[in-house]
Amino acid sequence: MSEFKQTFNSSLGKKLIMALTGLFLCTFLIVHLGGNLQLFSNDGGYSFNVYANFLTHFPPIEVVAYLLYLSILVHAVYALVLTIHNRKARPVGYASVSKSKVTWASKNMGLLGSILFLFIVIHMSDFWYNYKYTHSVGYKEYRTDLATGKTTWVDFTPSTTDFEKSVSVVNDVEIVRVKDLHAKVAQSFSNIYYDVIYVLAMCVLSFHLMHGFQSAFRTFGWVHKKYTPIVSFIGTWVFGVIIPLGFAAMPIFYYLQTIIK
Amino acid sequence: MSTGNMNLTLKVWRQKNNAAKGAFVTYKAEGISPDMSFLEMLDVVNEGLILKGEEPIQFDHDCREGICGMCSLYINGHPHGPKQGITTCQLHMRTFHDGEIIVIEPWRAAAFPIVRDLAVDRSAFDRIQQAGGFVSVNTGVTVDANEIPIPKVIADEAFNSATCIGCGACVAACKNASAMLFVSAKVSQLGMLPQGQPERYSRVQAMVAQMDAEGFGSCTNTGACEAECPKEIKMTNISRMNNDFFSAKLFRAEVIHEHASGE
Amino acid sequence: MSLNAKIPEGPLAEKWSKHKFNLKLVNPANKRKYDVIVVGTGLAGASAAASLAELGYNVKAFCFQDSPRRAHSIAAQGGINAAKNYQNDGDSVYRLFYDTIKGGDYRAREGNVYRLAEVSVNIIDQCVAQGVPFAREYGGLLDNRSFGGSQVSRTFYARGQTGQQLLLGAYSALNRQINLGKVKMYTRTEMLDVVVIDGHAKGIVTRNLTTGAIDTHAAHAVLLCTGGYGNVFYLSTNAMGSNVTAAWRAHKRGAFFANPCFTQIHPTCIPVTGDHQSKLTLMSESLRNDGRVWAPKTAEIAEQLRKGQIKASQVKEEDRDYFLERKYPSFGNLVPRDVASRNAKEVVDEKRGVGGSGIAVFLDFADAIHRLGKEAVSAKYGNLFDMYYQITDEDPYTQPMRIYPAVHYTMGGLWVDYNLSTTVPGLYALGECNFSDHGANRLGASALMQGLADGYFVIPYTLGDYLATIGPKPVDVNHPAFAQTKQDTINYINKLLALKGTKTVDQYHRELGLIMWEYCGMARTAEGLTKAKGLIRALREDFWKNVIVVGENEEVNSSLEKAGRVADFLELGELMVDDAQMRKESCGGHFRLESQTPEGEALRDDDDFAFVAAWEFKAENEPETLHKEVLDFEFVHLTQRSYK
Repeated sequence: MSEFKQTFNSSLGKKLIMALTGLFLCTFLIVHLGGNLQLFSNDGGYSFNVYANFLTHFPPIEVVAYLLYLSILVHAVYALVLTIHNRKARPVGYASVSKSKVTWASKNMGLLGSILFLFIVIHMSDFWYNYKYTHSVGYKEYRTDLATGKTTWVDFTPSTTDFEKSVSVVNDVEIVRVKDLHAKVAQSFSNIYYDVIYVLAMCVLSFHLMHGFQSAFRTFGWVHKKYTPIVSFIGTWVFGVIIPLGFAAMPIFYYLQTIIK
Repeated sequence: MSTGNMNLTLKVWRQKNNAAKGAFVTYKAEGISPDMSFLEMLDVVNEGLILKGEEPIQFDHDCREGICGMCSLYINGHPHGPKQGITTCQLHMRTFHDGEIIVIEPWRAAAFPIVRDLAVDRSAFDRIQQAGGFVSVNTGVTVDANEIPIPKVIADEAFNSATCIGCGACVAACKNASAMLFVSAKVSQLGMLPQGQPERYSRVQAMVAQMDAEGFGSCTNTGACEAECPKEIKMTNISRMNNDFFSAKLFRAEVIHEHASGE
Repeated sequence: MSLNAKIPEGPLAEKWSKHKFNLKLVNPANKRKYDVIVVGTGLAGASAAASLAELGYNVKAFCFQDSPRRAHSIAAQGGINAAKNYQNDGDSVYRLFYDTIKGGDYRAREGNVYRLAEVSVNIIDQCVAQGVPFAREYGGLLDNRSFGGSQVSRTFYARGQTGQQLLLGAYSALNRQINLGKVKMYTRTEMLDVVVIDGHAKGIVTRNLTTGAIDTHAAHAVLLCTGGYGNVFYLSTNAMGSNVTAAWRAHKRGAFFANPCFTQIHPTCIPVTGDHQSKLTLMSESLRNDGRVWAPKTAEIAEQLRKGQIKASQVKEEDRDYFLERKYPSFGNLVPRDVASRNAKEVVDEKRGVGGSGIAVFLDFADAIHRLGKEAVSAKYGNLFDMYYQITDEDPYTQPMRIYPAVHYTMGGLWVDYNLSTTVPGLYALGECNFSDHGANRLGASALMQGLADGYFVIPYTLGDYLATIGPKPVDVNHPAFAQTKQDTINYINKLLALKGTKTVDQYHRELGLIMWEYCGMARTAEGLTKAKGLIRALREDFWKNVIVVGENEEVNSSLEKAGRVADFLELGELMVDDAQMRKESCGGHFRLESQTPEGEALRDDDDFAFVAAWEFKAENEPETLHKEVLDFEFVHLTQRSYK
């Protein structure tokens, strides 16, 4: 065990933890984006709400979720530890600053990360916390005619406050009652200030990942003439562009819907 | 004695010794020729100071042809000045324009304490090399040099890593004052060559441990080191070192013991 | 005192093996009872310190730089010779020996040179084992190239920085011993004197260049590996810090100084641009493999070039004088260094020099680029071309380089016998610091070879013999000689610090350099040397009255460091002039205008001057005594060197 301790206490070991947690968070982003794409489906939030319920109630996913929260914390804490250590490595700074030959993002990962952390707090307290631990989120009842496949929905008030989800079939009509996170999302995203914060946060995410994804591979030492260009392509286009754009599209989409209504 | 017509203002960090408090002092450098090297310009200033009975500006320098790695000035925000791929001694005054203000600072890093003025103590680098930057062969090997063929590409790549002059510009440039480029260049050189294989994994651990003990910062893959390295050593070396380090620490089963320090 | 070089008897090829057998050995268990001091950490010093520590001796190593890796061996570009005959082109130990003796114009010892050639092959094996990345062929084997003055390809190289790679190899071996606790390394520490007890060297006095502390260090033997004294010329290719101080102070304590006037002027350096010049930059001699040296045929064309009225490329083929190819058809541009240098000087003296100052000739790659293509030329010489461009702001791909000779290496140095021992028992000199192997002129790629041969393969054997003789009794550190020598050093420093005149140390150094270059440089005359002696004397007297040394001892004080070094150069300069005056023949790098062949080549006088001139210091301001070590040539036949 002391061998491990020694490994992860070394400067390289700490970087390894940053890289591992960072990449884990990256994979989560893909899953998160995939799930959230259901916000774009026009079914009164049916698939989104069912998905949200699934995420919070399927035990293996719950385990992964806790790993995820842990990763965020570890990533942030180690970042802080490394930053303090790095500051100590240069107690007296330079008087002259020059136009740098390196990317802005790579020099400001700490700042970008701090903003993202703040955003995650806002984001989670707004949706995840409210969804899981408060009664501020309402319920919907979805009735699907199994013969026609047509779905209708109405608001629903359960008899007990700890109601989560029920599925029943009555006369060939499937009745699904579930917490309506979708409404909460739609409500939040109708607020322009909120949307601006989201879009800005996604810009920050883009910069953070543009450097972070590739950097993680460098930290692992996985540099190869053939594969490094692929990593760098994925880092730039998938994590630097597509994912942040996909997330940013949601508040914009919902805000536009509010305006059109 | 000088023959040129450039006039410059220098803001130079002066600090009598490591314990003393330092400050910037402004000097005029007049009649500077564009053909002078940067250090020759400082020579002119120093001659003037000595003639006035003042102590000259201390800076490290020796070979003045870009190979000994001794010169180490942080000029206008860049280690070794604004041009790429050269050391301070190879920087010529034609790079600057008449009337320019030039800020000259020492390398800044906790692991490089100031000796005097612009000279810093880089013995941390030596200690890292002492920890494992060698192949353990005694004098008197009898194996013919050509018994070990080394593919040219490998030899060339190892050579690229071996061109490091140990000046410390990578540390000076890095926002974290990290020594990863320096350390990894040696680890890579020996790690790529067949001669370095027997100690490949113990070497990387010993050198990284010493690097950490010296108080350098950690690497954020920013790339300032690579951009400022006078010998244009590549960050690929850092990845190679990381790879060897993690293989050694996490995946290699053989007992990993400390490098012997005494017999 | 008669000089005994202690060359072993017997056939040339057996001398070293026999000698090694006859040398006394130190019992392995006793080795740790001996302390050895090594001053200087270049190729000779680092390799010696590491090898002796590996054997078990306790080594203390010293360098004035901030790290042992910075020693000036690092700047050697071209390569290192070894008689491996990998190229199957007729090389052999004997041929390397013969070439070196002949190249040195028959002023080196046969025994020493043969040993050098013999161990050259081991050096390559050793360095490769350390991980030195020599250039290789596609098949993975080592590559060789031909180098100035040689007709076989025996030079091993690592791009244009062989010196750095070899030094880093030796440095790594040294580091390993530091890590093992067998070497104690003192950086930023300058040796200022030798402690001699009952005629034996027993320690040194040093100054800590950071704190100014004056310390004594005791040991059973002291090895000086402190390089050459080319900086006596102020401008040279040596590093700024290269100095003669350690060797000179040893000389004043009894070590004879041999052949001080034998200095090598390297033909391919970047010319001086003005008074501000602080040092000269060498470009590897390998450039002469493909570059063609020329100057305009007439002074008129040269004048037009100097004024910038025409460009080099506009000079017609028939108006160019490829003077080396013209005068030496079989060697052409590859004649030895002294020949190439002297011819460049002649051209400049004829007012046919080029460049703004007129003190340069062309080295033209147009033909090579035409023949091989720009890429091939760049692959071979790219880094040198870049360096040239960096310094001169001129592109050598489109216009010829300008080159001029510069002081590069000093063949002279402390006199040593076959065991590398100076005339002070227990005091050894290795590498460029000694005089031993290069005679009156050193061949290209032989300096690295000699430094490493001395450090890796000679001293580990020969030092043992001395140590076994004196026995492992600890050195008496309370002997009054330690305190006395330390006090001498302190007094000397105080004397320097008291000088508050009107001229800087650099000004004196520059003036000394001009005198040396003018009268004791590429061509020397009796008259000029007499004049130089007077000038140097006067300059030295003036120095001790009018120089300014600022600051104090207890701090980093570059003014004080320089003052001590230049004071020694001022004394050495005079000895060089005396030596040059005494040697009325021309040989190798020493060219007396009075002694030349009808074709203007160096004309030796073997009857009167086939000896090593070893000078003994008597007292301050007194003439030194000359001792002659006669050179016997048993195996080679002395010929007039001809590169026609």
